[in-house]
Amino acid sequence: MPAGELIRQGQHVMTVCNACRYCEQYCPVFPAMENRLTFATADLTYLANLCHNCGECLYACQYAPPHEFAINVPRTLAEIRAHSYEHYCWPRSLGLAFRHSNLLTGAGLAAALIAIMFAATLVVNGGRLPRPVGAGDFYAVVPHDVMVILFGGVFLFVLAAIGVATVRFWRDVQAVTPPPTRGPAAGVRALRDVLTLRHLHGSGADCTSAEETRRPWRRWFHHCAFYGFLLCFASTSVAAIYDAIGWRAPHGYGSLPVLLGTAGGVALLVGPAGLLLQRRRRDPSLGGPAQDGLDQSFIALLLLTALTGLLLLVLRERAVMSALLIVHLGAVLALFLTLPYGKFVHGIYRAAALVAYARESRV
Amino acid sequence: MAVNGDLEICDVAVIGGGNAGLCAALTAREAGARVIVLESAPRHYRGGNSRHTRNLRCMHDGPGHLLTDTYAEGEFLSDLLRVTGNDTDDVLARLVIRGSAECPEWMRRFGVRFQSSLRGTLHLARTNAFFLGGGKAVMNSYYAAAERLGIQVLYDAEVVGLDLIDGRFRAASVLINGHVRTIRARAAVIAAGGFEANLDWLREVWGDAADNFIIRGTPYNKGTLLKLMFDAGAQSVGDARECHAVAVDARSPKFDGGIVTRLDSLSLGIVVNQQGERFYDEGEDFWPKRYAIWGTLIARQPDQIAFSIVDSRTAGTFMPSVFPPIVANSVRELATLLNLPPERLETTVSAFNAAVRPGSFDHAVLDDCRTSGLSPEKTHWAQRIDSPPFWGYPLRPGITFTYLGLKVDRRGQVLMRGGEPAGNIYAAGEIMAGNILRKGYIAGVGMTIGTVFGRIAGGEAARHAGR
Repeated sequence: MPAGELIRQGQHVMTVCNACRYCEQYCPVFPAMENRLTFATADLTYLANLCHNCGECLYACQYAPPHEFAINVPRTLAEIRAHSYEHYCWPRSLGLAFRHSNLLTGAGLAAALIAIMFAATLVVNGGRLPRPVGAGDFYAVVPHDVMVILFGGVFLFVLAAIGVATVRFWRDVQAVTPPPTRGPAAGVRALRDVLTLRHLHGSGADCTSAEETRRPWRRWFHHCAFYGFLLCFASTSVAAIYDAIGWRAPHGYGSLPVLLGTAGGVALLVGPAGLLLQRRRRDPSLGGPAQDGLDQSFIALLLLTALTGLLLLVLRERAVMSALLIVHLGAVLALFLTLPYGKFVHGIYRAAALVAYARESRV
Repeated sequence: MAVNGDLEICDVAVIGGGNAGLCAALTAREAGARVIVLESAPRHYRGGNSRHTRNLRCMHDGPGHLLTDTYAEGEFLSDLLRVTGNDTDDVLARLVIRGSAECPEWMRRFGVRFQSSLRGTLHLARTNAFFLGGGKAVMNSYYAAAERLGIQVLYDAEVVGLDLIDGRFRAASVLINGHVRTIRARAAVIAAGGFEANLDWLREVWGDAADNFIIRGTPYNKGTLLKLMFDAGAQSVGDARECHAVAVDARSPKFDGGIVTRLDSLSLGIVVNQQGERFYDEGEDFWPKRYAIWGTLIARQPDQIAFSIVDSRTAGTFMPSVFPPIVANSVRELATLLNLPPERLETTVSAFNAAVRPGSFDHAVLDDCRTSGLSPEKTHWAQRIDSPPFWGYPLRPGITFTYLGLKVDRRGQVLMRGGEPAGNIYAAGEIMAGNILRKGYIAGVGMTIGTVFGRIAGGEAARHAGR
C-alpha cells in the first residue's frame, strides 16, 4: 500500500476507534489515541509503534471486516509501523532495498559476505584454508587486526545508522507528545514495560494468537530472544575488554565470555525458533505482509548466528573450525549490517514510544 | 444430539444467539441439558445487538474493583421508575435488580473480563460494570465457553416457523443453507430480540417516516419470533411505537453502525430542522439523560432530518464522531452546505444569540446559561453561536431497539392471551425487556435484563426438559 493511502487508512481506523473507545483498557494505544482529535502522520507513527500487536482489539471489534468500516487495528498499525522503519532509516536509500523480500536480502547478504570471506582467506593463504595448530586459534584463520577493523568498522556504522534513525523518529514523536518531564519516572516506567513486555499481558491475560486463544509463549520466546541477544552482546563486550588488556581468545570453557555466550546462544536459538513457530500458528489477519519478511529475515540471521556460534564453541578444536568460523563471522556481519534496516529497530522505536507514552499518561 | 433425517432432537432449543440466548444456553447446559443454539446471523455477526453493548447495570452493596461506592436495590429501582414513569412490573423489576448483583461473577466464570473501575470514558463507574473490549468480546467468551461445554451452535440458522400444540413447543422450522430443517426440543428459549431491523414492520408503525430511520444495530432482528408467537396466541407487552432511538449522523450506514454514529454535540449548540428552525430545548437536562429522546424528536420533524450546529467555541469539546463536521465560515455558507434556507437559518441563529442571557458556562452542571424569550427556550448551556468556523452535522433518528415484546412471568415463561403460561416456552432479553421497561432507558439495563432472564429461562427450560 502506498504511504499516502496507508496514512489515510490509519486515519480512518483511528477516527472510528476514537468515536468508540470500547478497547481503551487493552493497551496504551487507545488512551494515547483519546488524547487526540486528529491523526497526522506523526501521531499514527507514534501509535503504531506503541502497538505490541497483541490482537485483542481485532476480535473485540464490532467494526472488524466484513463490516463496511473494515477496522483492523493490529494490521493497520503493523503496516504503518513497517513503513516507519523504512521512513526513518539512514541512509534512506538502503531502507528501500529491504522493502521487498527482506528475507532474500538478508540471506543473500549473509551468503555474499561468507563467500567473500572464504575467497579472501583462500587468496591470502595460497588457495587453502588455514589449519590452526593450537586449539581454537581463531586468529590463525582471520587475523586479529582484520577482525578488529572489520567488526569495529561495522559496529560504528551500525551505531551511527541506528542513532540517526532514532533521532529522526524521536523528533517526530516529540512533536506530537508532551514535553520531557523532570526526573526519571517516565523513563523508569517505560524501561519496566520494555523489560517485562508488560503490554503482551497488560490486560490481565496473555496476548492472543487467535480468537479467544491466549497463550504466554510469544512473550516467553520474545524474552528468550531479547535477553539472549543481550547476553551475546555482553559476551562480545567482555571479550573485547579482555582483548584490549591483552587477554586473547580463545577463552576457556569456564570463562565469562564463553559462559555468557553459551547462555545467550542457547536462548537465541530457543527464542527466535519459538517465535517462528508461533508466527505460523497466529491468525494471519493480525499482521501485514510487510511485517513477515522483516521478521523472517531477522529471525533467520539470529538463528544462523546462534547456531554457528554454538557449533564453533563445541567444535573449535576440530579441523572444521576454520570453515565454521568464516560462516559464523559472515552471519554476524550480515546480522549487524541489517540491524538498522530490519526488525531490530522495532525494539528501539517501541521503547521510545513507551517513554513518550509514560510522559503523556502521567498528565 | 440425535439426528433423524432432517430432524434434530435436543432438550433445549435456544432461538437467538445474543447475550440472553447464550446465558440461557450456558445455564441449561450446566444443568445437564442437551442444548442447541439457533443463530440467524453468520458467525461474523453473531451476538445480535449485544455485540454493540458495552456495560451492564449492576446493584452492589459496597465498593469493589469493578464498581465504586454502593448501588442499592432501592436506588436502582427508583432510577428505573423515574425513566419509565412508574410503568413497570414491580416483581419482575426487583427480580432483575437483585439478580444483577451476581451477574459479574457468573459472567467471569465463562471468561468474560471487565474493565477496572479506575478508568473509563463514561462516568458510570458506580452503577455499571464495563466489559473489557465491549459486548463483542463478551459474546466471543460465551461462544468459546459454549463450544467447550458441548453446546451445538448453528449459524445462518433462521427460524421461519414454530410447531406449537396447545401452547406447547414441539419443534422449530429452521432455514439453513436454503433447506428447512426441523429442530425438535423438549423446551424452547426465545431470545431473538425486537423488530427494529424489519423495515416493513417499522413502516407499518411509523408510516413513510420509517424509510428515513437508521438501524443502529444488527440487521438480523426482524421480529420473526415476535410475529410467530403473537400468531400462536402469545400475550404482548409494550407499544409497537416505543423504541430507544437517538440522534445519529445522517451519513451513517443503514444498519449496524453501532456506537460511533451517535452525536454528542446537540446540547452544546442548537438543533434545527429542515426549515432552519429550532424545535426542542437542547439544554433540558444532562446529555446522557436526554440523548435517547432525540431519535423520536427527529422522527417527528419533516423528512426526519435535523442539524446540530455549533461554533468554534465548543468544537472539540464533545466526543469526536466518526464523520467529519461540515465546516463553514458563516452561518449563511453553512446553511447552503447543509441545504437549509440561508435566511431562515440566519434569523434562527441571530434570534437565539439575542436571547442568550449572561451566565457562567459549565457543561458538568445544570448551569445558568439560558435563553429568555425564545420558543422553545434553551434552558442550560446556551452560548452565543457567533465564533466561526461553524460546524454542522446532519442528523437522523437512529433506532437502537424496540420495546414491543412477549409477556412473561417470573420464571421467564411466556404467557398466552388467556393468561395461562405456555407450557415449555421461555423468553429472555430484548424480546421481553418490555415487561420491565416499556419506555425510557437507563444505560446498561438491557444487558442486565438479558443476563438475569437468560439465566432464569435457561434454568427453567432445562428443568422442564427433565434435566
